[in-house]
Amino acid sequence: MPVPTIDRTLDEVLTLAASHFKVPREKLTPDDDFFKTLGIDSLQALDLLTRLEHHFRIELPDYELQGVSDFRTLANRIQARL
Amino acid sequence: MLDLQQYASLGAALKDALERWPTETCLIEADRDREKVRLTYSDFREMARPLCRALEDADFKAGDRAAIVMTNQSKWLISAYAIFFCGGVLVPLDYKLTAVEHLQLLAHSKARFLIVEYFLWRAITQAPEFGKLTAEIVLVTEAPAGAELRGAYRWEEFKRKGDPQFVARQREDTACIVYSSGTGGRPKGCVLTHDSYLEQCASLTAWYPFWPGMRYLSILPTNHAIDFMVGFIGPFVCGACVVHLRTLRPEFVRDAFVRYRITYVSLVPMVLKNLERGLRAKFDELTPRKRWMLDRLIGVNKMVTRGRPRVGLSRRLLPQVHKAFGGELRALIVGGAFTDPSTLQFFYDLGIPVTCGYGLTEACTAVTLNDLKPFRPDTVGKPLPGSEVRILNPDTDGIGEVAVRSRAVMSHYLDDPELSAQTIVEGWLLTGDQGRFEEHGHLQLVGRKKNMIVTSGGKNIYPEDIEAVFDGLPVKEFCVFAANYLWPLKTLGSESLVLVLRLEQNQEFEDKLRDEIVARNRGLADFKRVGGYLLWEKDFPRTASLKIKRGELAAEIGKSASRKSIVEI
Repeated sequence: MPVPTIDRTLDEVLTLAASHFKVPREKLTPDDDFFKTLGIDSLQALDLLTRLEHHFRIELPDYELQGVSDFRTLANRIQARL
Repeated sequence: MLDLQQYASLGAALKDALERWPTETCLIEADRDREKVRLTYSDFREMARPLCRALEDADFKAGDRAAIVMTNQSKWLISAYAIFFCGGVLVPLDYKLTAVEHLQLLAHSKARFLIVEYFLWRAITQAPEFGKLTAEIVLVTEAPAGAELRGAYRWEEFKRKGDPQFVARQREDTACIVYSSGTGGRPKGCVLTHDSYLEQCASLTAWYPFWPGMRYLSILPTNHAIDFMVGFIGPFVCGACVVHLRTLRPEFVRDAFVRYRITYVSLVPMVLKNLERGLRAKFDELTPRKRWMLDRLIGVNKMVTRGRPRVGLSRRLLPQVHKAFGGELRALIVGGAFTDPSTLQFFYDLGIPVTCGYGLTEACTAVTLNDLKPFRPDTVGKPLPGSEVRILNPDTDGIGEVAVRSRAVMSHYLDDPELSAQTIVEGWLLTGDQGRFEEHGHLQLVGRKKNMIVTSGGKNIYPEDIEAVFDGLPVKEFCVFAANYLWPLKTLGSESLVLVLRLEQNQEFEDKLRDEIVARNRGLADFKRVGGYLLWEKDFPRTASLKIKRGELAAEIGKSASRKSIVEI
């Protein structure tokens, strides 16, 4: 299967985050601080990571989330493993 | 358990523990649903010996400092044991700090050795300040084949054959230097002796004993005072087993309770709240009939556990709930930050006692603990055996600063005699926390006297430490405060930081400035961020050496402004 573009990955991350935390997709932008925009703590962010793993069929160690708080960087971390 | 009075050091006690229970399992390490390591006390000893020998060959001497920067895993404990065996001083660093912060604390602690997990080492080597690394010998765990290690050794290959020589230490010798905070301005390295740890361990296990076969789930970082004691020293000197998870995903944590039939676990309030949320969501999914039944059973459980926990009976009354926690859970231990009493009550009503206490790194681990006789969610319990707690200058409600005296209290802050003298006065540790004793001798905490916050994840944040990130902000001057320091509250929880800004004359607060504040704030770890800003219209009071008089400024702001003046960002 061809590797999706980073824009596509980013879009999928935003869509999944919106549906997982039940917020309108249009409210999320790539450079948003997801802790603040989604109103979540670090454990809920780990929950999102699991959801993303299932979707992209990759394994992301917890430490990939360390120091990451915006969707764009998160999408980049995922892209590197696709 | 071992009789700790007989031992002069942690190394001596741990060494005996490894010989005392050779066939008992001491460590299990799992990554998600895959079990990676299972060690008996004898296996643990055999894994540590070649490392101890290699440290000897590397000229590791008594009193040498060695830092560990790792997530919770078997190599953390094996390395710590080897350091103690060789007479060293352990410097456990928080792996969640940034690479720059790691380098700062390594320099401050003067650690000669560094033991670090590969992904953290990679971040350190990529930091622009890498050239300032002060550690002489670095051991890296789990480095991929062919990885460039920049002069470090592979932990797995750092071993020698032969019998290492145990290096004895005395009770008054330093065992650990633990940073309670202060990566920015003023590092606070608590110097804790072997006596502190052995005394603390003896008093904690007097109330909450461990035993062979008991399993402790280690979730809090092992560098944290609580997990170091109850997820390493405590279980090991009692022949018990520690379970490490390489992930903190809630679903795998929940699975681990069942798979490993966990007896005890320590949590920070944030994780406890997460578990509560999960359970409440499950309860809400029940049919009205099942929900009615559950509520009745919870009611019965509340009645029978009014005086004390009766875990066996609760397991029979609410088997589904207890099965979800593995069926052998005796208690959840919660600490590190303020816990909402309603959360504690929620678990207690289900027959899962939550042991709530109060402690600080400066006092080794814990000062007070709830003995559950009876359960009191509104207090942090009674002083542990060997701990004296006093309320200084109590007001008419009996509220004053909490002071502690015990052998477990640190000896001083590393290389900071001034701060040490301000913090330990005539043998009493001044905690900066405000509290009172209620009629049954339980301590109730009501607020903080010092300019700091404690997050629900158990992190101490000192505002001075995060100011560096706002350096060069285009304003006349700025300062960061804990909101509750400016406007004291007689309650804990929901703590936040506020950035106080003094603009230049004729300067307007524009969107550009706001954007810059937001961008810089994002450069901080999420738990360190300021919640909002406040515009202040007077020059900050300063000392002759131009330092901000924080106390004076805080009092002025507290008087002239209100919380409503804070603009959220």
